Amino acid sequence: MKSLRYTPAVLSAVVLLVLTSLMMGVRLEPSGVGLKVSLADPSSLFWIAAGVAVVFFFQLFRAPIDQGLSGIKQQLPSINAAKLIKATEKKEAKTLLICFAVAGLMIWPFFVSRGAVDLATLALIYVMLGLGLNIVVGLAGLLDLGYVGFYAVGAYSYALLNQYLGLDFWSSLVLGGFLAAFFGFILGFPVLRLRGDYLAIVTLGFGEIIRILLNNWTTLTGGPNGISQIPKPTLFGLEFGRRAKEEGNVPFHEYFGIDYSSEYKVIFLYILAVLLVIATLFVINRLLRMPIGRAWEALREDDIACRSLGLNPTAIKLSAFTIGAAFAGFAGTFFAARQGFISPESFTFIESAIILAIVVLGGMGSQVGVILAAVIMTVLPEFAREFQEYRMLMFGLMMVCMMVWRPEGLMPMKRPHIKTKSSRSESGSPVKTASLAESV
Amino acid sequence: MSECLLDVSDLSMRFGGLLAVDQMALKIRPGEIVSMIGPNGAGKTTVFNCLTGFYQATGGSVQYKGQAIEKVPGYKIARLGIVRTFQNVRLFKGMTVLENLLVAQHRHLNTGLLAGLFKTPGYRRSEEKAMARSEFWLDKVGLTEFANREAGNLAYGQQRRLEIARCMVTQPELLMLDEPAAGLNPNETAELDQLISDLRRDHGVTVLLIEHDMKLVMDISDRIYVINQGRPLASGVPEDIRNNPEVIRAYLGEG
Repeated sequence: MKSLRYTPAVLSAVVLLVLTSLMMGVRLEPSGVGLKVSLADPSSLFWIAAGVAVVFFFQLFRAPIDQGLSGIKQQLPSINAAKLIKATEKKEAKTLLICFAVAGLMIWPFFVSRGAVDLATLALIYVMLGLGLNIVVGLAGLLDLGYVGFYAVGAYSYALLNQYLGLDFWSSLVLGGFLAAFFGFILGFPVLRLRGDYLAIVTLGFGEIIRILLNNWTTLTGGPNGISQIPKPTLFGLEFGRRAKEEGNVPFHEYFGIDYSSEYKVIFLYILAVLLVIATLFVINRLLRMPIGRAWEALREDDIACRSLGLNPTAIKLSAFTIGAAFAGFAGTFFAARQGFISPESFTFIESAIILAIVVLGGMGSQVGVILAAVIMTVLPEFAREFQEYRMLMFGLMMVCMMVWRPEGLMPMKRPHIKTKSSRSESGSPVKTASLAESV
Repeated sequence: MSECLLDVSDLSMRFGGLLAVDQMALKIRPGEIVSMIGPNGAGKTTVFNCLTGFYQATGGSVQYKGQAIEKVPGYKIARLGIVRTFQNVRLFKGMTVLENLLVAQHRHLNTGLLAGLFKTPGYRRSEEKAMARSEFWLDKVGLTEFANREAGNLAYGQQRRLEIARCMVTQPELLMLDEPAAGLNPNETAELDQLISDLRRDHGVTVLLIEHDMKLVMDISDRIYVINQGRPLASGVPEDIRNNPEVIRAYLGEG
């Protein structure tokens, strides 16, 4: 058969064999003072053989598989439920769907384990970070590799403000956002002239500078030891501990006269995260439809045309950096409150990379995509605990698959469809425009 | 002097050892359609870039309504009312046709952050106005049915028209068109001719044009400037330019 491709199949299988043999097939064993290379146990040899076989047959039957997949892809749009509903009903259906989703998100934690709720809270933090970075990278088109720096600023501002000034979570949330925004503004200045790769390098450096500063300014930040005993958020002054830490405060369970359970705290944090994400979504959705959101996208598309139309690229870039950083600040403050302990370890480059991966995976500029990607990126590693050693491998595999099948991300951004007055009043296209269009 | 909308004198632009524009002079009165012609590489687009603040001219002065603008950055010049198109169309390709027009009105809109977040009445009004203006110009250039199409997917002639519409929504006083007829078929060029005349008559814009299509240039221009190798070669009404032996020599080579 012509569609069976032997050469690439054999080649891929050999490449996999060599790579996996080196990584999984051999073991280093201490013998005396040195190390001895010995063959790994039979089970891993079996897995190598199985993997090689899978790759070989996949490459061999690649053409028919691709055909089958493209067939599925063509069918996908027709499954799209939104299209089945008429445009007028679409909006109502959407609001209804959102209400159900929010209600579901609120009720869900009461029926599942504590660990699941905790994981969901973490996922929501990443959703917030992804949405924030989406402004800078997806909308304004400025590649920012140091986003974690603003996250760190948010987290440390709560920790430090609480430690030195005794501020509570809620006022720190606002201040943390402002401080991160301020740092975004500061970073914006030197990078205004830079574009593309150069911009990426400078922002990468900025993220590292913040981490190294936190690591070495021992007198203020505690250095690598971090800051511990950061208080949890309170509900209108009600604490969630067994006993109130502050004099005269009543814990949550005593106030409502119910038994103490540590789950209340976890669920409270989760609901707080949901609310923060909803607020973030609301603000970003509005921004997108506002002149400033349009200007961000215009800047990504063509900054020279922007200037020729009287848009100030400097101001637009700065606003993207500042607002993007503010959301990282909120996420950071919440993160510090949830963990109760932060150290520079939590804000390494890999975090930036994960957040960026979320944006790219989800689809640049797309909010639903970013949410989906954030959930996948946080939940999947937990389910695949046994494969923890191969986490990076799976990560790479996922990225490769994405590039092959959905290079635009899981859910590419959809352009807003705005109804014009003339299309509202007349259903058909006006005669005059039709005649003009014909000549084109 | 004061009646001039744009008054350029002694303009020169040097790139290292290359003198791209040399002692260029240009006077445009309100309501005129003025063309700049010249062989390829004569420096026409460089003049455009100097006037719109994309280049900092190395010498000379540019006065717009009596105000010196040779050192003003590009986006501020645009805000003063000088808006240009580009030789190779520069649309926001990934955005819809309508969004292209809305972005262009950025400086006329209520851009307050809080006003937009809470949708204040003032913000709504300014957005509605922007929509109305966009729809007007969409209709004018015949792109209404493509309003929600991505700009990059339009046919070339439509892209050209959209670029002009995008300039017009900014309510400019001086419209600078860089080879607007390049790549258009004779039909479309005739439409463009009509459109430019309409713009002047109905919307009071002054037009400065770079163009190679001689029929278009001779048809609509009040005056023509000819540039050759960065230097002004001749200027005058179309009749004079057509019969000027030096212009003919520059275009056709020495016989």
